[in-house]
Amino acid sequence: MISIFSTLRIALRALWVKKMRSALTMLGIIIGVSAVIIMLAVGTGVSRKISSQISSIGSNLIIIMPGSTTQGGVRMGGGSQSTLTTGDAEAILRECSAVAAVAPMQFGTAQVVFGNQNWSTGIQGTTPGILEVKDCGLSAGRNMSDQDIRSATKVCLLGQTVVDNLFGSMDPLGQVIRIRKIPFTVIGVLESKGQSLGGQDQDDTIIVPLSTAQKKLFGRTIPGMVRSIMVKARSSEELSVAERQITDLLRQRHRIGPNREDDFTVMNLTQVLEMAEQTANTFALLLGAIASVSLVVGGIGIMNIMLVSVTERTREIGIRMAVGAKTWDIRIQFIVEALTLSMIGGITGIIIGGTASFILSNVFEIPSVVSLPSVLLAFCFSGLVGIFFGFYPAYKASLLNPIDALRFE
Amino acid sequence: MTLIETRQLVKTYDVGDEGVHALENVSVKIDKGEFVAIMGPSGSGKSTFMNIIGCLDQPTAGDYFLDGQTISGLSRDDLAAIRNQKIGFVFQGFNLLSRTSALENVELPLLYNHVPARQRKEESLKALKMLGLEERAYHHPNQLSGGQQQRVAIARALVNQAPILMADEPTGNLDTKTSIEIMELLVQLNRDSGTTIILVTHEPDIADFSKRIIRFVDGHVVSDEEVQKS
Repeated sequence: MISIFSTLRIALRALWVKKMRSALTMLGIIIGVSAVIIMLAVGTGVSRKISSQISSIGSNLIIIMPGSTTQGGVRMGGGSQSTLTTGDAEAILRECSAVAAVAPMQFGTAQVVFGNQNWSTGIQGTTPGILEVKDCGLSAGRNMSDQDIRSATKVCLLGQTVVDNLFGSMDPLGQVIRIRKIPFTVIGVLESKGQSLGGQDQDDTIIVPLSTAQKKLFGRTIPGMVRSIMVKARSSEELSVAERQITDLLRQRHRIGPNREDDFTVMNLTQVLEMAEQTANTFALLLGAIASVSLVVGGIGIMNIMLVSVTERTREIGIRMAVGAKTWDIRIQFIVEALTLSMIGGITGIIIGGTASFILSNVFEIPSVVSLPSVLLAFCFSGLVGIFFGFYPAYKASLLNPIDALRFE
Repeated sequence: MTLIETRQLVKTYDVGDEGVHALENVSVKIDKGEFVAIMGPSGSGKSTFMNIIGCLDQPTAGDYFLDGQTISGLSRDDLAAIRNQKIGFVFQGFNLLSRTSALENVELPLLYNHVPARQRKEESLKALKMLGLEERAYHHPNQLSGGQQQRVAIARALVNQAPILMADEPTGNLDTKTSIEIMELLVQLNRDSGTTIILVTHEPDIADFSKRIIRFVDGHVVSDEEVQKS
């Protein structure tokens, strides 16, 4: 076989002679490859975003909600029962070995006022453990103390959105805001966590001591009752252990007989998000697969053009054979031509797809990440398309009878 | 020394139900250094004969020996190698690659003989120079006259130092003056380099440049005689 350099030169010249045709044929591959790149980029971007959500809600998180009540046959829905108490929360932390931190929660919405500004936001009454449970730090100030809980002091931690809306650029620490007209001293500001998966602003919140919330803000609740308990397991491996320990403990504490239903629900939030991440990955693969269909269509375009080219250049093939080109010389020539088409198309497609993904994430704020494996995949795939769809026309050309090829008009 | 020998060569084409006999029991011997013209009316089988001895086509039956080697039953690639190294072709329609310079056209046989690029260029330029075309090396065929194109084709046929040159109606597309130039070139090649030349033509004036004329009619050899030089 003749050198690959000479073959490549012959191929490039043949493609250059039919510029328009070559460009249009490449377009099929360019569209296919850039579609694959963009689809995989968006898929990867979304699943990475979900991963970051997982770490932002706090890792290894379990939420315990009261069960549903049934009143005269009407089921009231989850959380309608008030079965969880602060005692339950304390017992979980004390007795479940797989649990690292606990935060019993009481929450509601309230109007808050500072100076001439006011804002409506979610109030979470909880214990100092909340920061550890949610993997959340403070950007300023201090956390609540056990003393604050015991004596139901009127202190609060503010989310960044609340700070922005009430204080603007002012330092909120030590200021007094009014929640439902009750004055609270700001002792800390929560680190910003951004949006949650559902689009909820996780920074639009105020944290106050649980006891203060129960006694002063949401006074109608039964003393000691909480709306939910958030639990952090020691590690992701111990999540299911923690879940079981909590269930056993609460069944025991709530005196539920062996064949009776739980009066609470234990939810493993991390697991839910990991499933969402898996779904996103599957989705990305599916999109990539659909996009690769267009790559195959592009490949058929190459095959079509190569077949036309073989017919048009029958005389050329005849001349080459007459002066001594062997079967594989001819085959390689046409395969390299197809390969050149698909590779140039592939590289252009990667550049276009990469640029489009960049624009998507930076201008339209659709998360998209071009990963190296997806680039390699697209590159190799376009090469394979070239070889696969170039082979038949090349094979056909190589089987021509030299004398028939020379006489071809 | 016998260079080309055919024994009872038969070539049959299938046209519809019945076979057409293009060649019937043709036995010819051509020695090294001969200048043979093959003549005959169209359809007489002269081109078919040349295609077979040029290893472009395979006979239906009979034997063909080239340089002592039997050709029947060789693979496509073996035939390609023989064409590459032993035979140079010159065609009526020139059969140059368009959009490719004269130099690169001449380089083709060397390319398929795996000669390195630098040497390819050197030898091709030498061949072009021999034919007085060194200044046209980078012209494309459509920028050359018919005579010049045919000389490029001859350079291509010679560049690999093939011992045999086969010319199928090499002057068919040329005017009389250019035809004579080309034929004188072939005569000179035969005389000076000892290249065996086999020429297919139907023009007596052209055939007269050769030393031996073989006439075909209906697939048979009807006469085979030396040319009497006046």
